[in-house]
Amino acid sequence: MSTPAQGGASVAPHVTPIAAGDAPRIKVEQASYAYAATDRSAPKFTLGPASFEARQRELVAILGPNASGKSTLLTLLAGLAKPLSGRIEIDGIEVSKLDIRTRAQRIALVQQESELLFPLRVWEYVLQGRYPYGRRLRFESDEDCLLAGNALAQVGADAFRDRWMDQLSGGEKQRVILARALAQRPSLLLLDEPTQHLDIGGKVELLRRLRKLADENRYTVLVVTHELNLAAEFCDRIVLLHKGKCLRVGTPAEVYERDLLGEVFEAPLEVEMRPGGRPRVILRGSH
Amino acid sequence: MRPLTPRRVFAICLALCAVLFVAVVISLRMGAYPVSVRDIVMTLVNATLRRWSEIPPDFQSIVLNIRLPRILLGILVGASLSTAGAGFQALLRNPLADPYVLGVSSGAALGAILSLLAAPHAPGLIQAAAFAGAIATIAAVYFLGRRGGQLDSGTLLLAGIITASFLSALIMFLMTTLPGRDVRGMAFWLMGDLTSPSSVDLKWLYFLLVIAVGSIYTTSSDLNLILTGEQEARHLGVNVHRVKLVVYVAASVLTGLAVSVSGAMGYVGLLVPHVMRMMFGTDYRVLIPASALGGAILVVVADTLARTVVAPIELPVGAITALAGAPVFIYLMRRRVR
Repeated sequence: MSTPAQGGASVAPHVTPIAAGDAPRIKVEQASYAYAATDRSAPKFTLGPASFEARQRELVAILGPNASGKSTLLTLLAGLAKPLSGRIEIDGIEVSKLDIRTRAQRIALVQQESELLFPLRVWEYVLQGRYPYGRRLRFESDEDCLLAGNALAQVGADAFRDRWMDQLSGGEKQRVILARALAQRPSLLLLDEPTQHLDIGGKVELLRRLRKLADENRYTVLVVTHELNLAAEFCDRIVLLHKGKCLRVGTPAEVYERDLLGEVFEAPLEVEMRPGGRPRVILRGSH
Repeated sequence: MRPLTPRRVFAICLALCAVLFVAVVISLRMGAYPVSVRDIVMTLVNATLRRWSEIPPDFQSIVLNIRLPRILLGILVGASLSTAGAGFQALLRNPLADPYVLGVSSGAALGAILSLLAAPHAPGLIQAAAFAGAIATIAAVYFLGRRGGQLDSGTLLLAGIITASFLSALIMFLMTTLPGRDVRGMAFWLMGDLTSPSSVDLKWLYFLLVIAVGSIYTTSSDLNLILTGEQEARHLGVNVHRVKLVVYVAASVLTGLAVSVSGAMGYVGLLVPHVMRMMFGTDYRVLIPASALGGAILVVVADTLARTVVAPIELPVGAITALAGAPVFIYLMRRRVR
């Protein structure tokens, strides 16, 4: 069943408000950013003002075609850059005002690939997640080892804790990188295209794992992804970006509209509503 | 899961200190005038306790005044170059980086050669000029290697390589166009050896060594994270800009220090950190002290060989470290690759 078209990419940003009384963990208010080659040159890329909120236990997908501003938004959320205007808060505190170690205790960022210069064992890599909690010279405590071990167990990577990082498959490595982020014990978990090098089984497994982590650990999880159907299946909320603009924020059913997605992704897409209220995107003419 | 503990770092350092002590005793024993191990140990013990009257004059002259200062200089140079090499490898995120990659040695050599041309017999001037040349190069490469107000590894490496080749060209120009000068003295700065005793008080050089190695050591857990990527390190709470600045300045000072007293001794700064990594792991909390001690051991052993293998002729230590270093490095690398 196709949803009726309710406007195209030119519609004003629409944000579904969070229920009153449930304080958002992350709050983005009109946050914008611009990249320039040099301080004096014109911006090469601009992310227009974006606003949305997310609570604990919520899994949020940031969707959009290439060069839509997804990674820029993630950089702002991670506190690695300060918004040019607006503000981003975590638990009521502006992210850019947190000192660097406190920020690392609250926000963990999982990037696509770790570039290791020298060989490292899996457990050594995961223990790095305890760095923000360390003392002088940061020798790890028994508690650090316990938490790193728990993180490995949570992602099902316990069996290869003694292997070298460069001997892992793409899926195994992804799990270990996630384990290091969990060892940070963050309240906000950010993932930048984590499904990129995974087969379909690995993608489903990862999203299931993130769903479980959000539910059990009370994390707020934000995932940048190109997987429209997996995002619709597993995520509570979608942030749709296009050409540096935040077009729509809401549940998958609210955001997945045929004309809107077709215009954003420049492809003939059809949206079906499945039983249970989760939409599914298919290529028009392919069935 | 056995994380690195201060006890393990201490044990490794203690073991390396023992090896260094053995190397020092053997080095003190080797030479034209034979001295027994017992006499060497007694001389060292008496000197440490300041019981000068109990040391025979011959031993005082040969062991304490001739052989020991040279060994102490070797320890200083080896520790400086190896620590600087380990620091630059992390700073530039490049396993092939060595202390000379950013042109510090060329700057020091140019300073030394200019002072040789201007005032060949002024005491201490040559070391001061070499150190000034190193510091001037550090400053120039720092300003050339910045991008967006911060030290960028790629830009820094390019700036260093270009500066080094420019300074080398200047050195070659001076050496070929100025006939009749002390070419042997100039070659020393390019090859590296310990035959010219330093006129600078070793205490001050050791003071600088401890400060610079200590500065790098305080950043060692930060460097562990920078090795997995600067962006990731920043996100894990590392002040990457501060760490890079500390390592850049300290490693450059160490290189300048070594080059100003021994010339550009090859291979030590590249080889030792890699050997220590293969032996004790990649963690910088153990790698920095292990590299300092390993470098000291290598230079003491190499200098002993340099002055005894074809005695009475002395070979430059740099030639020994390069001759022995390359095959050892290839062997270790192949063994690691399996």
